[in-house]
Amino acid sequence: MKVNVRQRGQTTILDVDGQITFESTPGLREHLLTALKKKSSVLVNLSQVAYMDSSGIATLVEGLKAAHTQKASFGLFGLTKNTRSVLELVRLDKVFKIFGDEEEAVRLLASTASKEPI
Amino acid sequence: MDANSAIIRVENLTTHYGDRRILNNINLAIHPRETMVLLGSSGTGKSTLLRHILALEKPTGGHIHVKGLDVCHCAEEELIELRRHLGVLFQSGALFGSMSLGDNVALPLRELTRLDESTIQVLVRLKLDMVGLGGFENLWPSQLSGGMRKRAGLARALALDPEILLFDEPSAGLDPITAAGIDELILKLKETFPMTIVVVTHELASAFLIADRMAVMSAGEVIALGTREEIRQSSHPRVQQFLNRKPEELVRDHEAYLRSLTAPS
Repeated sequence: MKVNVRQRGQTTILDVDGQITFESTPGLREHLLTALKKKSSVLVNLSQVAYMDSSGIATLVEGLKAAHTQKASFGLFGLTKNTRSVLELVRLDKVFKIFGDEEEAVRLLASTASKEPI
Repeated sequence: MDANSAIIRVENLTTHYGDRRILNNINLAIHPRETMVLLGSSGTGKSTLLRHILALEKPTGGHIHVKGLDVCHCAEEELIELRRHLGVLFQSGALFGSMSLGDNVALPLRELTRLDESTIQVLVRLKLDMVGLGGFENLWPSQLSGGMRKRAGLARALALDPEILLFDEPSAGLDPITAAGIDELILKLKETFPMTIVVVTHELASAFLIADRMAVMSAGEVIALGTREEIRQSSHPRVQQFLNRKPEELVRDHEAYLRSLTAPS
């Protein structure tokens, strides 16, 4: 799994490519928490993730928690069928801000930022 | 699919407890992402077969290949590596009584992954929530009912998102609602994760709900193998007896029975 970090205006986008598994999750976690420390808006692009196991979900939950703590915005876009069904299985599909594509995500993320800590 | 594509392949498996033959020349191929139910009455060898697949027991003859590894004739280190990919729910739940539920579920994550402890804590809560035990991570096994212990055991079996998940009588001892919840969870798991699932059960409703294929066992042998519909249509008298819940007819030699009762000890 590879993670490419890029900036688009005030938003940091993490493009994840490959499978998110127990072996690769720690790398994603490091990128995610580093990006969130900058208190910017962070989006994770999952369009190139064919498979994500539950360790990936746990890492995204950690990212969401860190975003609330930092008062940053955090969202996901480009979910494949697998990643969406894993989120649904653990009933987190309504907890994350999930967008269809990057344009929609960048446009809407800031306006939907939650102020409530979790 | 042919036997070569099987993720679990049992070949000519025979085993004995003492002089008593428990499994007799079992042949079975279980394919990736398939849910195979081993169905049969008590004492027909289903759980024994499961324990052999897990390499917890050695057969007297035959082979079992799991993910290409002959588990009857391999090194212990190879088995340890293989077991990373297996999740097992035993009948009792098999929790460690000296650990909280959370620590029971966290154990394989701490031992076999390099995840950060905070990730592990989230995963533990996710897995417990999946089995309906969200918020119970600080309880101890002794504080749980049998059904809750079983669900906690399932959370631990799921901890590493196993490639192969094995259940030994998942519904045994559970009330119908909890048992239905376990069935529903199995269906969701097979839909979401690329898992191969093997379930030992004698519960017909559960078997016909979750199985892709079934192997019906009787007296240590697989007497019928096929899809749900093929098993329903089986003409084998033992299969029909089991499906129609007909009791054994007691055929007794009265003279022999009297002799057995009055034989000198």
